[in-house]
Amino acid sequence: MKIIAFAETSHGLQEAGSKFKKVAFEAAHAASRLAGELGGEAEALVIGKGVESIGPELGGYGMKKVRVVEDEKLSQYSATAYAKAIAFVVESVSADVVIFPASAMGKDLAPRVAAKLKAGLAADCIALKAEGGSVLATRPVYAGKGLIDVKINSPKKVFTLRPNVFSPGAPNGSPASVEKIAVDLKDSDFTSRVTGVSVAKAGRPDLTEANIIVSGGRGLGGPENFNIVEGLADVLGAAVGASRAVVDAGWRPHDDQVGQTGKTVSPSLYVAVAISGAIQHLAGMSSSKYIVAINKDKDAPIFQVADYGIVGDAFEIVPELTSQLKKALGRE
Amino acid sequence: MKLFVCVNQVPDTETKVKVGQDGKTIDRSEINLILNPYDEFAIEAALQLKDKNSGEVTYVSVGGDSHKEVIRKALAMGGDKGIHIKTDNAGDSYSVAMMLAAALKDTGADIIFFGKQSIDYDDSAVGTMVAEMLGLPSASVVVKLDVDVSSKKAVCEREIEGGKETVELTLPCVITAQKGLNDPRYPSLKGIMAAKSKPIQEITPSGAESLTEVVAMRKPPAKQPGKILGTDKSAVPELVKLLHEEAKII
Ligand SMILES: Cc1cc2nc3c(=O)[nH]c(=O)nc-3n(C[C@H](O)[C@H](O)[C@H](O)COP(=O)(O)OP(=O)(O)OC[C@H]3O[C@@H](n4cnc5c(N)ncnc54)[C@H](O)[C@@H]3O)c2cc1C
Ligand SMILES: Nc1ncnc2c1ncn2[C@@H]1O[C@H](COP(=O)(O)O)[C@@H](O)[C@H]1O
Repeated sequence: MKIIAFAETSHGLQEAGSKFKKVAFEAAHAASRLAGELGGEAEALVIGKGVESIGPELGGYGMKKVRVVEDEKLSQYSATAYAKAIAFVVESVSADVVIFPASAMGKDLAPRVAAKLKAGLAADCIALKAEGGSVLATRPVYAGKGLIDVKINSPKKVFTLRPNVFSPGAPNGSPASVEKIAVDLKDSDFTSRVTGVSVAKAGRPDLTEANIIVSGGRGLGGPENFNIVEGLADVLGAAVGASRAVVDAGWRPHDDQVGQTGKTVSPSLYVAVAISGAIQHLAGMSSSKYIVAINKDKDAPIFQVADYGIVGDAFEIVPELTSQLKKALGRE
Repeated sequence: MKLFVCVNQVPDTETKVKVGQDGKTIDRSEINLILNPYDEFAIEAALQLKDKNSGEVTYVSVGGDSHKEVIRKALAMGGDKGIHIKTDNAGDSYSVAMMLAAALKDTGADIIFFGKQSIDYDDSAVGTMVAEMLGLPSASVVVKLDVDVSSKKAVCEREIEGGKETVELTLPCVITAQKGLNDPRYPSLKGIMAAKSKPIQEITPSGAESLTEVVAMRKPPAKQPGKILGTDKSAVPELVKLLHEEAKII
């Protein structure tokens, strides 16, 4: 069994060349662990321009070999061209399993690659384990209200991994060897291509990647009061999220919405400020490792999922929490 | 323009998940089925293009008899006709995508719209799979769309981590719609009446296969309701301590 991990780079977002995203290490580490359990081998695949030089870094995450498709034309993401390159590499190295992060790029690529390879797809997995010589994947359904175990029966198999759930491992081990693979890309392979990237909120981590998230709800009363949420997020180095009520009211952009029709997040810490905890909100955040709720209604459903709750006025508690954290973290 | 929208039927967002007798699927006995919420953005996008450039909007749905309801709901919003690919066993995303691709193959579609994901299995797969099966370019999770009919180009914005990406596509193409793309219209009374006489063609699929198999379904482990630390700001030091010592986050 040969497993290939798609190592995503932050290409296009960083001005100074490519860097691996954390999800690349998560995919690499999961692939190498699975290969260990199955008695197979794992490799990584990197695509883009200027990526050959960073390939060896994946050695630290369990990869002995990294396949690189390095091409000027791939400097910007193209679903059609990237999928062609990936499927070509999978076929030419005879890989059986392809692992992507369930990132914006991974979710865009995986179904396309699966269709090319006639491979079954298990999306947004939260666990992968070897069973009976094959892979058993666990994934949430119904917005996390259920879990299913899925088996893929086709010879080739594609998985995407929910970000922040799989450990990236701790980097150790020797640099990976890099092997370039040339893929014949024509203009007609670029019928879909990225022509620009705009970064929303520089300085704050993105919701789906953040380790800590502070979200605000309708109880804050108005957009100007999000300053208490932002103040807390700043001390914690956290991303800022919002409930749908807040987004629908136009207080925050849609990008910030957490929940069934917004983003699904699984940070280490989720702080819900003045959010009632409607089922559609919980759907997006209940898999967070620790949940803190601050709400003046002791019966608010958010307390059912919160590890730690304070019943009280957000305008009193949040600034106090911010100032005590500042002290505790020596940021004063 | 020839516009198609693939629409799915799903349990509504309030659904309490109970595992069915087979231990693999949801207990469907008390479920309220709705048009998949993301598909409403796809429908609206198609209708706006039709309003602007004239043409025809066709809805396609794969599933059992009840799927006619979502086609009717879509037709009540606007558009011209429906295709119901009738099967009681739609199978996995790959299987659904194969049936849709077979039905859409020689239709001369300019744009095929999908929702970004079905809110039952949350796969986010069918649209992009259909694109690949038909050899078409695609953009997923689209929040902004501009189509230039004369140059046969679509310029989209899609959500990515920490920002947005502009994607250029050549027509014909596939778009999967995300919330934010537009504000879906409500069916008017006139629309609901008109939908009753719009044609829905029923076709029988052949040759689709599922490549995946659900072995078991269960509820996620229930979270223990946590500790209420207090009812005013005197609880804050305790919270800071727990975040440090128990959660080890700070
Ligand atoms: C199809 C569909 C999809 C949906 N998708 C989503 C989604 O993706 N995400 C989402 O969030 N919602 C979603 N919803 C909406 C959801 O049902 C709720 O309406 C929404 O989450 C409520 O937001 P809220 O908690 O901010 O507001 P509310 O429910 O109004 O809660 C406000 C809370 O603030 C508390 N409060 C008030 N003042 C204070 C104060 N001074 N200090 C402390 N606490 C205070 C109140 O006690 C209350 O609990 C969806 C709904 C539907 C039908
Ligand atoms: N059975 C179906 N019939 C028609 N369209 C579907 C069906 N299932 C999924 N789709 C479309 O594919 C999108 C993505 O679904 P999924 O890949 O299941 O998350 C949905 O928003 C629909 O537009």
